[in-house]
Amino acid sequence: MIRWDVIRGNLPLLGSKLVEHLALTVVAVAVGLLISSVAVLLIRGRRPLVAPVTGFFSFLYTIPSLALLAFLVPVTGLSFLSAEIALVTYTLLILTRNVLAGLASVPPDVLEAADAMGYGRTRRMWQVELPLALPLIVAGIRIATVTTIGLVMVTALIGFGGLGQVMLRGYNFRNDTLVLVGFGLTVAIALVVDLGLGWLGRAITPWSARRSS
Amino acid sequence: MEILRETVDWFLDPAHWAGSNGVPWRLGEHVFFSVVAILLAVAVSLPAGLAIGHTRRGDRIATAVAGLGRAVPSYALLILFVPFLGLGFSSALPALVLLAIPPILLNTVAGIQDVDRDTIEAGRGMGMTERQVLRDVELPAALPAIIVGLRTSAVQVVATATLAALVAGGGLGRYIVDGFALQQDDRLLAGAILVAVLALGTDRAFTWAQRRYERGGLSEPEGRETLVRQAL
Repeated sequence: MIRWDVIRGNLPLLGSKLVEHLALTVVAVAVGLLISSVAVLLIRGRRPLVAPVTGFFSFLYTIPSLALLAFLVPVTGLSFLSAEIALVTYTLLILTRNVLAGLASVPPDVLEAADAMGYGRTRRMWQVELPLALPLIVAGIRIATVTTIGLVMVTALIGFGGLGQVMLRGYNFRNDTLVLVGFGLTVAIALVVDLGLGWLGRAITPWSARRSS
Repeated sequence: MEILRETVDWFLDPAHWAGSNGVPWRLGEHVFFSVVAILLAVAVSLPAGLAIGHTRRGDRIATAVAGLGRAVPSYALLILFVPFLGLGFSSALPALVLLAIPPILLNTVAGIQDVDRDTIEAGRGMGMTERQVLRDVELPAALPAIIVGLRTSAVQVVATATLAALVAGGGLGRYIVDGFALQQDDRLLAGAILVAVLALGTDRAFTWAQRRYERGGLSEPEGRETLVRQAL
Protein backbone atom coordinates (compact mmCIF):
# COMPACT_ATOMS: atom_id res chain seq x y z
CA MET A 1 0.00 0.00 0.00
CA ILE A 2 2.80 2.43 0.89
CA ARG A 3 5.30 2.91 -1.88
CA TRP A 4 8.65 3.99 -0.54
CA ASP A 5 9.86 5.34 -3.88
CA VAL A 6 6.94 7.81 -3.82
CA ILE A 7 8.00 8.95 -0.36
CA ARG A 8 11.63 9.26 -1.43
CA GLY A 9 10.69 11.20 -4.55
CA ASN A 10 8.49 13.57 -2.57
CA LEU A 11 10.78 14.24 0.38
CA PRO A 12 11.32 17.94 -0.49
CA LEU A 13 7.55 18.41 -0.86
CA LEU A 14 6.86 16.64 2.43
CA GLY A 15 9.50 18.73 4.19
CA SER A 16 8.22 22.05 2.92
CA LYS A 17 4.57 21.14 3.64
CA LEU A 18 5.49 20.04 7.14
CA VAL A 19 7.19 23.38 7.77
CA GLU A 20 4.20 25.24 6.29
CA HIS A 21 1.86 23.24 8.52
CA LEU A 22 3.84 24.12 11.64
CA ALA A 23 4.20 27.78 10.60
CA LEU A 24 0.45 28.17 10.02
CA THR A 25 -0.18 26.58 13.42
CA VAL A 26 2.36 28.64 15.35
CA VAL A 27 1.19 31.94 13.86
CA ALA A 28 -2.46 31.09 14.58
CA VAL A 29 -1.85 30.11 18.20
CA ALA A 30 0.44 33.09 18.85
CA VAL A 31 -2.03 35.61 17.40
CA GLY A 32 -4.89 33.80 19.17
CA LEU A 33 -3.05 34.01 22.48
CA LEU A 34 -2.40 37.72 21.97
CA ILE A 35 -6.06 38.47 21.19
CA SER A 36 -7.29 36.26 24.03
CA SER A 37 -4.94 37.90 26.53
CA VAL A 38 -6.11 41.37 25.52
CA ALA A 39 -9.73 40.20 25.71
CA VAL A 40 -9.18 38.76 29.18
CA LEU A 41 -7.47 41.94 30.40
CA LEU A 42 -10.46 43.94 29.16
CA ILE A 43 -13.21 41.75 30.61
CA ARG A 44 -11.51 40.76 33.85
CA GLY A 45 -13.08 42.37 36.85
CA ARG A 46 -16.01 43.52 34.70
CA ARG A 47 -18.43 40.69 35.33
CA PRO A 48 -21.20 41.78 32.94
CA LEU A 49 -18.71 41.63 30.03
CA VAL A 50 -17.48 38.06 30.60
CA ALA A 51 -20.58 36.21 29.39
CA PRO A 52 -21.11 38.18 26.16
CA VAL A 53 -17.45 37.92 25.13
CA THR A 54 -17.07 34.19 25.84
CA GLY A 55 -20.54 33.70 24.33
CA PHE A 56 -19.41 35.42 21.15
CA PHE A 57 -16.25 33.29 20.98
CA SER A 58 -18.28 30.12 21.48
CA PHE A 59 -20.65 31.26 18.71
CA LEU A 60 -17.63 31.61 16.40
CA TYR A 61 -16.31 28.24 17.57
CA THR A 62 -19.57 26.53 16.56
CA ILE A 63 -19.39 27.75 12.95
CA PRO A 64 -17.98 24.88 10.85
CA SER A 65 -14.50 25.58 9.50
CA LEU A 66 -15.51 25.12 5.86
CA ALA A 67 -18.34 27.62 6.27
CA LEU A 68 -16.03 30.14 7.94
CA LEU A 69 -13.58 29.86 5.05
CA ALA A 70 -16.47 30.32 2.64
CA PHE A 71 -17.49 33.50 4.49
CA LEU A 72 -13.93 34.84 4.39
CA VAL A 73 -12.95 34.14 0.79
CA PRO A 74 -15.32 36.67 -0.85
CA VAL A 75 -13.86 39.29 1.51
CA THR A 76 -10.17 38.49 1.96
CA GLY A 77 -9.64 36.19 -1.04
CA LEU A 78 -7.68 32.94 -1.33
CA SER A 79 -5.00 34.37 0.91
CA PHE A 80 -2.78 33.61 3.85
CA LEU A 81 -4.90 36.15 5.72
CA SER A 82 -8.10 34.15 5.14
CA ALA A 83 -6.43 30.96 6.34
CA GLU A 84 -5.05 32.61 9.46
CA ILE A 85 -8.26 34.45 10.36
CA ALA A 86 -10.09 31.12 10.28
CA LEU A 87 -7.42 29.34 12.32
CA VAL A 88 -7.13 32.13 14.89
CA THR A 89 -10.91 32.21 15.31
CA TYR A 90 -11.01 28.64 16.62
CA THR A 91 -8.28 29.26 19.20
CA LEU A 92 -10.09 32.18 20.85
CA LEU A 93 -12.67 30.26 22.87
CA ILE A 94 -10.19 27.68 24.17
CA LEU A 95 -7.50 30.21 25.06
CA THR A 96 -9.80 32.83 26.60
CA ARG A 97 -11.53 30.23 28.72
CA ASN A 98 -8.26 28.81 30.01
CA VAL A 99 -6.59 32.17 30.67
CA LEU A 100 -9.68 33.24 32.64
CA ALA A 101 -9.75 29.95 34.55
CA GLY A 102 -6.02 30.21 35.22
CA LEU A 103 -6.31 33.70 36.70
CA ALA A 104 -9.39 32.66 38.68
CA SER A 105 -7.43 29.74 40.15
CA VAL A 106 -5.05 32.08 41.97
CA PRO A 107 -6.00 31.90 45.67
CA PRO A 108 -7.36 35.24 47.02
CA ASP A 109 -5.06 34.94 50.04
CA VAL A 110 -2.04 35.07 47.76
CA LEU A 111 -3.36 38.20 46.08
CA GLU A 112 -4.00 39.81 49.44
CA ALA A 113 -0.51 38.91 50.60
CA ALA A 114 0.95 40.47 47.45
CA ASP A 115 -1.11 43.63 48.01
CA ALA A 116 0.00 43.80 51.60
CA MET A 117 3.62 43.51 50.50
CA GLY A 118 3.10 46.58 48.37
CA TYR A 119 2.95 44.99 44.91
CA GLY A 120 1.43 47.29 42.31
CA ARG A 121 -1.17 46.02 39.86
CA THR A 122 1.29 45.38 37.01
CA ARG A 123 3.94 43.77 39.17
CA ARG A 124 1.35 41.61 40.92
CA MET A 125 0.11 40.44 37.50
CA TRP A 126 3.56 39.52 36.19
CA GLN A 127 5.16 38.10 39.32
CA VAL A 128 2.24 36.54 41.18
CA GLU A 129 -0.86 35.97 39.10
CA LEU A 130 0.69 34.93 35.80
CA PRO A 131 3.06 32.29 37.22
CA LEU A 132 0.24 30.76 39.25
CA ALA A 133 -2.12 30.83 36.27
CA LEU A 134 0.49 29.23 34.02
CA PRO A 135 -0.55 25.56 34.33
CA LEU A 136 -4.06 26.27 33.01
CA ILE A 137 -2.79 28.70 30.37
CA VAL A 138 -0.32 26.12 29.06
CA ALA A 139 -3.09 23.51 29.10
CA GLY A 140 -5.15 25.87 26.93
CA ILE A 141 -2.25 26.44 24.54
CA ARG A 142 -1.86 22.68 24.30
CA ILE A 143 -5.50 22.05 23.35
CA ALA A 144 -5.55 25.04 20.98
CA THR A 145 -2.35 23.93 19.23
CA VAL A 146 -3.47 20.33 18.72
CA THR A 147 -6.88 21.50 17.45
CA THR A 148 -5.20 23.98 15.09
CA ILE A 149 -2.89 21.30 13.66
CA GLY A 150 -6.03 19.46 12.57
CA LEU A 151 -7.80 22.55 11.27
CA VAL A 152 -4.82 23.63 9.17
CA MET A 153 -5.66 20.73 6.85
CA VAL A 154 -8.98 22.30 5.88
CA THR A 155 -7.18 25.40 4.59
CA ALA A 156 -5.83 23.15 1.80
CA LEU A 157 -9.07 24.12 0.07
CA ILE A 158 -7.88 27.68 -0.38
CA GLY A 159 -4.35 26.73 -1.37
CA PHE A 160 -2.63 26.38 2.01
CA GLY A 161 -3.07 23.51 4.41
CA GLY A 162 0.47 22.18 4.83
CA LEU A 163 0.14 18.41 5.03
CA GLY A 164 -3.54 18.77 4.08
CA GLN A 165 -2.21 19.81 0.69
CA VAL A 166 -0.25 16.53 0.54
CA MET A 167 -3.39 14.52 1.32
CA LEU A 168 -5.45 16.49 -1.17
CA ARG A 169 -2.82 15.90 -3.85
CA GLY A 170 -2.79 12.19 -3.03
CA TYR A 171 -6.58 12.17 -3.21
CA ASN A 172 -6.69 14.01 -6.55
CA PHE A 173 -4.02 11.85 -8.21
CA ARG A 174 -5.23 8.59 -6.64
CA ASN A 175 -1.91 8.30 -4.85
CA ASP A 176 -2.64 6.29 -1.69
CA THR A 177 0.90 6.70 -0.40
CA LEU A 178 0.60 10.48 -0.25
CA VAL A 179 -2.79 10.19 1.47
CA LEU A 180 -1.41 7.86 4.13
CA VAL A 181 1.83 9.78 4.63
CA GLY A 182 -0.01 13.11 4.91
CA PHE A 183 -2.33 11.55 7.46
CA GLY A 184 0.41 9.80 9.42
CA LEU A 185 2.62 12.89 9.63
CA THR A 186 -0.25 15.10 10.80
CA VAL A 187 -1.30 12.71 13.54
CA ALA A 188 2.36 12.30 14.50
CA ILE A 189 3.03 16.03 14.91
CA ALA A 190 -0.27 16.43 16.79
CA LEU A 191 0.72 13.68 19.23
CA VAL A 192 4.28 15.00 19.61
CA VAL A 193 3.02 18.53 20.28
CA ASP A 194 0.41 17.16 22.70
CA LEU A 195 3.01 15.21 24.69
CA GLY A 196 5.60 17.99 24.39
CA LEU A 197 3.36 20.75 25.69
CA GLY A 198 2.06 18.41 28.40
CA TRP A 199 5.63 17.86 29.51
CA LEU A 200 6.42 21.59 29.26
CA GLY A 201 3.39 22.39 31.41
CA ARG A 202 4.72 20.15 34.17
CA ALA A 203 8.32 21.28 33.76
CA ILE A 204 7.69 25.00 34.15
CA THR A 205 5.38 24.51 37.11
CA PRO A 206 7.06 21.92 39.34
CA TRP A 207 4.78 22.85 42.25
CA SER A 208 1.73 21.58 40.36
CA ALA A 209 3.28 18.17 39.67
CA ARG A 210 1.53 16.46 42.53
CA ARG A 211 -1.85 17.96 41.72
CA SER A 212 -1.90 17.04 38.05
CA SER A 213 -0.70 13.46 38.41
CA MET B 1 -22.04 44.87 -0.95
CA GLU B 2 -22.95 43.45 -4.32
CA ILE B 3 -22.27 39.94 -3.08
CA LEU B 4 -24.90 40.17 -0.34
CA ARG B 5 -27.61 41.03 -2.84
CA GLU B 6 -26.46 38.18 -5.07
CA THR B 7 -26.67 35.79 -2.14
CA VAL B 8 -30.18 36.96 -1.31
CA ASP B 9 -31.09 36.45 -4.98
CA TRP B 10 -29.62 32.95 -4.80
CA PHE B 11 -31.94 32.13 -1.93
CA LEU B 12 -34.93 33.66 -3.71
CA ASP B 13 -34.36 31.69 -6.92
CA PRO B 14 -36.95 28.86 -6.96
CA ALA B 15 -34.53 26.70 -8.98
CA HIS B 16 -32.37 26.41 -5.86
CA TRP B 17 -35.23 24.91 -3.88
CA ALA B 18 -36.10 22.05 -6.21
CA GLY B 19 -34.56 18.77 -7.28
CA SER B 20 -31.67 16.76 -5.91
CA ASN B 21 -29.36 19.79 -5.75
CA GLY B 22 -32.01 21.98 -4.09
CA VAL B 23 -31.76 23.23 -0.52
CA PRO B 24 -34.41 20.87 0.96
CA TRP B 25 -32.77 17.79 -0.55
CA ARG B 26 -29.22 18.80 0.45
CA LEU B 27 -30.40 19.72 3.94
CA GLY B 28 -32.17 16.36 4.20
CA GLU B 29 -28.99 14.54 3.15
CA HIS B 30 -26.94 16.50 5.63
CA VAL B 31 -29.29 15.83 8.53
CA PHE B 32 -29.71 12.17 7.53
CA PHE B 33 -25.91 11.56 7.39
CA SER B 34 -25.46 13.28 10.71
CA VAL B 35 -28.26 11.42 12.48
CA VAL B 36 -27.08 8.02 11.21
CA ALA B 37 -23.50 8.80 12.27
CA ILE B 38 -24.54 9.95 15.74
CA LEU B 39 -26.84 6.96 16.29
CA LEU B 40 -24.04 4.56 15.34
CA ALA B 41 -21.62 6.43 17.61
CA VAL B 42 -24.12 6.27 20.48
CA ALA B 43 -24.61 2.54 19.88
CA VAL B 44 -20.86 2.03 20.35
CA SER B 45 -19.87 4.59 22.96
CA LEU B 46 -22.85 4.61 25.32
CA PRO B 47 -22.66 0.92 26.34
CA ALA B 48 -18.86 1.16 26.48
CA GLY B 49 -19.03 4.32 28.59
CA LEU B 50 -21.62 2.84 30.94
CA ALA B 51 -19.53 -0.31 31.40
CA ILE B 52 -16.31 1.62 32.02
CA GLY B 53 -18.03 4.07 34.35
CA HIS B 54 -19.88 1.42 36.30
CA THR B 55 -16.98 -1.00 36.76
CA ARG B 56 -14.46 1.86 37.09
CA ARG B 57 -12.14 -0.19 34.96
CA GLY B 58 -10.52 0.94 31.74
CA ASP B 59 -10.95 4.67 32.17
CA ARG B 60 -7.40 5.00 30.89
CA ILE B 61 -8.66 3.57 27.61
CA ALA B 62 -11.36 6.24 27.54
CA THR B 63 -8.81 9.04 28.08
CA ALA B 64 -6.52 7.55 25.43
CA VAL B 65 -9.42 7.43 22.96
CA ALA B 66 -10.24 11.04 23.75
CA GLY B 67 -6.63 12.16 23.29
CA LEU B 68 -6.37 10.32 19.99
CA GLY B 69 -9.72 11.76 18.90
CA ARG B 70 -8.32 15.23 19.38
CA ALA B 71 -5.09 14.49 17.51
CA VAL B 72 -6.76 12.94 14.45
CA PRO B 73 -8.07 15.73 12.19
CA SER B 74 -11.58 15.18 10.86
CA TYR B 75 -10.70 16.29 7.36
CA ALA B 76 -7.76 13.88 7.23
CA LEU B 77 -9.98 11.06 8.45
CA LEU B 78 -12.46 11.67 5.62
CA ILE B 79 -9.81 11.47 2.93
CA LEU B 80 -8.06 8.54 4.61
CA PHE B 81 -10.99 6.20 4.04
CA VAL B 82 -11.37 6.98 0.33
CA PRO B 83 -8.65 4.56 -0.91
CA PHE B 84 -10.31 1.78 1.10
CA LEU B 85 -14.01 2.52 0.89
CA GLY B 86 -14.41 4.57 -2.26
CA LEU B 87 -15.97 7.95 -2.74
CA GLY B 88 -19.05 9.42 -1.13
CA PHE B 89 -21.15 8.48 1.86
CA SER B 90 -19.36 5.16 2.45
CA SER B 91 -16.10 6.99 3.28
CA ALA B 92 -17.69 9.87 5.10
CA LEU B 93 -19.82 7.76 7.44
CA PRO B 94 -17.04 5.88 9.28
CA ALA B 95 -15.11 9.13 9.65
CA LEU B 96 -18.15 10.85 11.17
CA VAL B 97 -18.83 7.92 13.52
CA LEU B 98 -15.22 7.83 14.72
CA LEU B 99 -15.32 11.57 15.36
CA ALA B 100 -18.54 11.35 17.34
CA ILE B 101 -17.39 8.56 19.66
CA PRO B 102 -14.83 10.28 21.97
CA PRO B 103 -17.03 13.08 23.40
CA ILE B 104 -19.94 10.72 24.15
CA LEU B 105 -17.67 8.07 25.61
CA LEU B 106 -15.73 10.48 27.80
CA ASN B 107 -18.77 12.33 29.12
CA THR B 108 -20.62 9.08 29.86
CA VAL B 109 -17.66 7.72 31.83
CA ALA B 110 -17.22 11.01 33.70
CA GLY B 111 -20.96 11.34 34.35
CA ILE B 112 -21.27 7.84 35.80
CA GLN B 113 -18.12 8.19 37.89
CA ASP B 114 -19.41 11.44 39.39
CA VAL B 115 -22.55 9.79 40.75
CA ASP B 116 -22.60 9.95 44.54
CA ARG B 117 -21.15 6.70 45.95
CA ASP B 118 -23.58 6.65 48.86
CA THR B 119 -26.54 6.75 46.50
CA ILE B 120 -25.16 3.76 44.60
CA GLU B 121 -24.50 1.87 47.83
CA ALA B 122 -28.01 2.67 49.00
CA GLY B 123 -29.35 1.18 45.79
CA ARG B 124 -27.31 -1.96 46.33
CA GLY B 125 -28.46 -2.05 49.95
CA MET B 126 -32.05 -2.09 48.76
CA GLY B 127 -31.26 -5.25 46.86
CA MET B 128 -30.97 -3.74 43.41
CA THR B 129 -29.00 -5.84 40.96
CA GLU B 130 -25.97 -4.22 39.32
CA ARG B 131 -28.02 -3.81 36.15
CA GLN B 132 -30.75 -1.99 38.08
CA VAL B 133 -28.20 0.23 39.84
CA LEU B 134 -26.83 1.21 36.46
CA ARG B 135 -30.21 1.74 34.82
CA ASP B 136 -32.18 3.35 37.64
CA VAL B 137 -29.54 5.15 39.70
CA GLU B 138 -26.41 5.88 37.71
CA LEU B 139 -27.90 6.52 34.25
CA PRO B 140 -30.49 9.15 35.30
CA ALA B 141 -27.91 10.99 37.40
CA ALA B 142 -25.36 10.93 34.58
CA LEU B 143 -27.81 12.01 31.89
CA PRO B 144 -26.96 15.75 31.91
CA ALA B 145 -23.29 14.92 31.33
CA ILE B 146 -24.21 12.47 28.58
CA ILE B 147 -26.33 15.13 26.86
CA VAL B 148 -23.33 17.49 26.95
CA GLY B 149 -21.28 14.79 25.23
CA LEU B 150 -24.03 14.28 22.67
CA ARG B 151 -24.12 18.00 21.99
CA THR B 152 -20.37 18.20 21.37
CA SER B 153 -20.55 15.18 19.08
CA ALA B 154 -23.60 16.38 17.19
CA VAL B 155 -22.15 19.83 16.51
CA GLN B 156 -18.88 18.26 15.39
CA VAL B 157 -20.64 15.76 13.13
CA VAL B 158 -22.85 18.43 11.53
CA ALA B 159 -19.73 20.54 10.91
CA THR B 160 -17.71 17.67 9.50
CA ALA B 161 -20.56 16.33 7.36
CA THR B 162 -19.95 19.54 5.40
CA LEU B 163 -16.53 18.20 4.46
CA ALA B 164 -18.14 15.04 3.05
CA ALA B 165 -18.73 17.05 -0.13
CA LEU B 166 -14.94 17.01 -0.62
CA VAL B 167 -15.00 13.26 -1.14
CA ALA B 168 -17.94 13.53 -3.53
CA GLY B 169 -20.55 13.19 -0.79
CA GLY B 170 -23.77 15.21 -0.71
CA GLY B 171 -25.08 17.49 2.00
CA LEU B 172 -24.91 21.25 2.32
CA GLY B 173 -21.13 21.21 1.91
CA ARG B 174 -21.83 20.63 -1.80
CA TYR B 175 -22.67 24.32 -2.24
CA ILE B 176 -19.43 25.42 -0.55
CA VAL B 177 -17.16 22.98 -2.38
CA ASP B 178 -18.85 23.72 -5.73
CA GLY B 179 -18.84 27.43 -4.93
CA PHE B 180 -15.06 27.28 -4.43
CA ALA B 181 -14.54 25.16 -7.55
CA LEU B 182 -16.77 27.25 -9.82
CA GLN B 183 -15.77 30.53 -8.14
CA GLN B 184 -19.42 31.41 -7.55
CA ASP B 185 -19.43 33.57 -4.46
CA ASP B 186 -23.23 33.62 -4.15
CA ARG B 187 -23.44 29.83 -3.99
CA LEU B 188 -20.43 29.78 -1.64
CA LEU B 189 -21.99 32.26 0.79
CA ALA B 190 -25.42 30.62 0.62
CA GLY B 191 -23.84 27.28 1.53
CA ALA B 192 -21.85 28.88 4.35
CA ILE B 193 -24.99 30.49 5.79
CA LEU B 194 -26.97 27.24 5.62
CA VAL B 195 -24.19 25.23 7.26
CA ALA B 196 -23.57 27.80 9.98
CA VAL B 197 -27.28 28.04 10.81
CA LEU B 198 -27.59 24.26 10.98
CA ALA B 199 -24.56 23.94 13.29
CA LEU B 200 -25.70 26.76 15.56
CA GLY B 201 -29.24 25.36 15.58
CA THR B 202 -27.96 21.93 16.59
CA ASP B 203 -25.98 23.49 19.41
CA ARG B 204 -29.01 25.47 20.61
CA ALA B 205 -31.32 22.45 20.42
CA PHE B 206 -29.09 20.32 22.62
CA THR B 207 -28.49 23.17 25.08
CA TRP B 208 -32.26 23.55 25.32
CA ALA B 209 -32.73 19.80 25.91
CA GLN B 210 -30.03 19.84 28.58
CA ARG B 211 -31.56 22.82 30.43
CA ARG B 212 -34.99 21.30 30.21
CA TYR B 213 -33.79 18.02 31.63
CA GLU B 214 -31.85 19.72 34.40
CA ARG B 215 -34.81 21.85 35.39
CA GLY B 216 -37.36 19.05 35.16
CA GLY B 217 -35.02 16.44 36.53
CA LEU B 218 -33.63 18.28 39.52
CA SER B 219 -36.23 17.07 41.96
CA GLU B 220 -36.07 13.56 40.62
CA PRO B 221 -32.73 12.38 42.01
CA GLU B 222 -33.69 13.96 45.32
CA GLY B 223 -37.01 12.16 45.25
CA ARG B 224 -35.21 8.97 44.49
CA GLU B 225 -32.87 9.55 47.37
CA THR B 226 -35.69 10.09 49.87
CA LEU B 227 -37.30 6.96 48.55
CA VAL B 228 -34.12 5.04 49.20
CA ARG B 229 -33.81 6.52 52.66
CA GLN B 230 -37.37 5.61 53.55
CA ALA B 231 -36.80 2.07 52.39
CA LEU B 232 -33.76 1.86 54.61
